[in-house]
Amino acid sequence: MSAATQARQGEAMSAATQARHWYWQRISAMVLAACVLVHLVTIVYAVRSGLSGEALLARTRGSVAFAVFYTMFVLACAVHVPIGLARIAEEWLGWRERASALAARAVALAIVAMGLRAVYAMVFA
Amino acid sequence: MSTLRVSIWRGRDDGRFVTYEVPRQASQTVLDVVTHVQRHVDPSLSYRFACRVGMCGSCAMTVNGVARWTCRTHVSKVVDGKSSNRGGVPVSRPAPMATSDAGDAAVDGTTEGSDGDGGSLTIAPLANLPVIKDLVTDMREFFDKWARAKGQFKGASTRQDDFARVMPASPQRRLADAGIECIGCGVCYASCDVVAWRPDFAGPAALNRAWTLVNDVRDVQQPQRLRAVAGDAGCHACHTQGSCTERCPKQLAPTAAIAGLKRATARAAMRGKL
Repeated sequence: MSAATQARQGEAMSAATQARHWYWQRISAMVLAACVLVHLVTIVYAVRSGLSGEALLARTRGSVAFAVFYTMFVLACAVHVPIGLARIAEEWLGWRERASALAARAVALAIVAMGLRAVYAMVFA
Repeated sequence: MSTLRVSIWRGRDDGRFVTYEVPRQASQTVLDVVTHVQRHVDPSLSYRFACRVGMCGSCAMTVNGVARWTCRTHVSKVVDGKSSNRGGVPVSRPAPMATSDAGDAAVDGTTEGSDGDGGSLTIAPLANLPVIKDLVTDMREFFDKWARAKGQFKGASTRQDDFARVMPASPQRRLADAGIECIGCGVCYASCDVVAWRPDFAGPAALNRAWTLVNDVRDVQQPQRLRAVAGDAGCHACHTQGSCTERCPKQLAPTAAIAGLKRATARAAMRGKL
């Protein structure tokens, strides 16, 4: 629709933005597919070599690889999850685009904050 | 002579299923059944049909929960829920009651020797569309969405210009031809979950037509078309569930068309051209 129509209909997002959301959703899904696989392998390894707090921290503290990998994981989640939740809110709860866009932004910030805080705690604290 | 028990939706969006008994024939389509009810049992039944030979798409209805062309659906294929709702396609109206309405249902004159065991059928109007009366739906929104998705051809040639030369075997023309046979019957639209969840979603037919025009090298409103089909009222709301492709009576693939639109709009957005 034209910008004028968009403004009239109170649409929060332009066609270009929505198209970008679509391909960022796909790109982040590819990143997550790889991350989840590595994460599962890591869990299997961790289960075998000890799950106590000390055992985990002994492996992650000071590990640059861990920091890099899980930061990437957190950022991919922060892209993928909010877009998905916004769509679900619109289709299943009947939310309007403005409301779902706002909630998505809030969820994205929460994931970044909590996720990076966790990575920091495991590696640098 | 056995009889078929058929439950037909009567009323508007509010209404109820009324059960009729119809003689079961050896070779009989669902349209034959509806026609029999209207001609011999209850003349107030409203329904649409035209060609009755599987060309026009006017007779599309919901049969045992599935959108089909009734003139091309043999009773033997769908009776007793043989071809009933196979997972996921929305059935927007409540299931029929077991008892028929005594005032309306009348067994056809040929009751002698009828054992009533010709099976049963449920016929309702197409889903996702407002009901005008009985089996007739209001298809205006279906066609309005087609127009909003820029489903019309616009060229730049005049009668003074030479013919456009489009090779049928060219990749773009092949893509357009794969979807060009759509006759706007509404079966795909009625089968789509996303249309049920998002009232403003353009739907498979409108987007399929837009895709054939995206691949028409003569058309001059491509940027406007891509803008019209992008977003959650357009191709991006499709979750690739594929009920449209599964049910299309002409074996078209709106799912593939929508995937093509997603690629085209993504490319345009990345180049700042959307």
